[in-house]
Amino acid sequence: MNEPAKDEGIVLTEAQKRTRRSRSIAIALSLAALVVLFYVMTLVKGPVVLIRPM
Amino acid sequence: MSLISEGANIRGPITAGAGLDLAEPSIASVGDYIALMKPRVMSLVVFTALVGLAVAPGSLHPLTGFTALLCIAVGAGAAGSLNMWYDADIDAVMTRTARRPVPMGRVRPGEALAFGLTLASFAVVVLGLLVNLLAAALLAFTIFFYVVVYTMWLKRSTSQNIVIGGAAGAFPPMIGWAAVTGSLSIEPVLLFMIIFFWTPPHFWALALYRTEDYARAGIPMLPVVAGDASTRRQIMLHTLVLVPLGVAPWPLGFAGALYGVTAVVTGAIMVTLAWQVLREIRPAERASRHLFAFSILYLFLLFATLLAERGWGGLIARLAA
Repeated sequence: MNEPAKDEGIVLTEAQKRTRRSRSIAIALSLAALVVLFYVMTLVKGPVVLIRPM
Repeated sequence: MSLISEGANIRGPITAGAGLDLAEPSIASVGDYIALMKPRVMSLVVFTALVGLAVAPGSLHPLTGFTALLCIAVGAGAAGSLNMWYDADIDAVMTRTARRPVPMGRVRPGEALAFGLTLASFAVVVLGLLVNLLAAALLAFTIFFYVVVYTMWLKRSTSQNIVIGGAAGAFPPMIGWAAVTGSLSIEPVLLFMIIFFWTPPHFWALALYRTEDYARAGIPMLPVVAGDASTRRQIMLHTLVLVPLGVAPWPLGFAGALYGVTAVVTGAIMVTLAWQVLREIRPAERASRHLFAFSILYLFLLFATLLAERGWGGLIARLAA
């Protein structure tokens, strides 16, 4: 008796995998840059970072 | 007589690219997302914001200045992305914009919307947290003005679209100034006014030789609804207001002699080119192209001279402090 065919869902093409990977790297780098920016700005401003004058 | 084609029943986003299967994985590259941010417009925004930031009195840590410029750039990118989301339908029928990522189907409208909203949120929140609330509020208003007031409302409904909508492009020097001082005064308002009155002659010069394109897309640009002659007169009138405004920082003591000479000479060239556009009997394509090209140089020279004369010293002092 034949087994029912497996539902493999959406299968990405190589091009789709490449663009997804490049997008993921770009998001990771952006988030890392944001973390570094907040860290360095906190060092630069010190406690004043909590004071935001209009 | 209106040149807008009767078939151009265009209202709102999501026609182009809508044929994509939503279950289909995205094919958008990082380059497509960068294109969504309109990098050329972004560079002009950053430059004018830098001038506002550099000429403002007071001190600002260089890293805070960098953060302010980064947020302004990202905010401009967000506005560009939201503009491409909403305008995908008209972008698809205009030669100049048909190859943008959304009409080309490389980025779905929903992706452009999500990207723009995310960037806008980050830019405003980070500017508010790390710089100051006034600058963040101005950036938020600028994005709102460009996307909602200009893109969604004025652009498709009135020939004065770029006159009022031009305010969005005029805000960046004010944001830069506010980032340093936490307040506003006459000087950044003057920089705002210069860009505000520069925008109509700049875009109408472009519209004069892209009239068919705008008409096909159903956009009521001035040459489309009022004709060439009226547009040429309006270009001349706005240039006659622009040039004195361009010179004004000099007599007001906000800029020095070098700026004054630059503003007078380049202003005279602007008036001459606007006069040539006005007097052209045939379709004013050549004169319009010259005016369009020179108007970019005009604004750049005014702001670059101001930066060199007033801002450079301030920037160096801040870096040395």
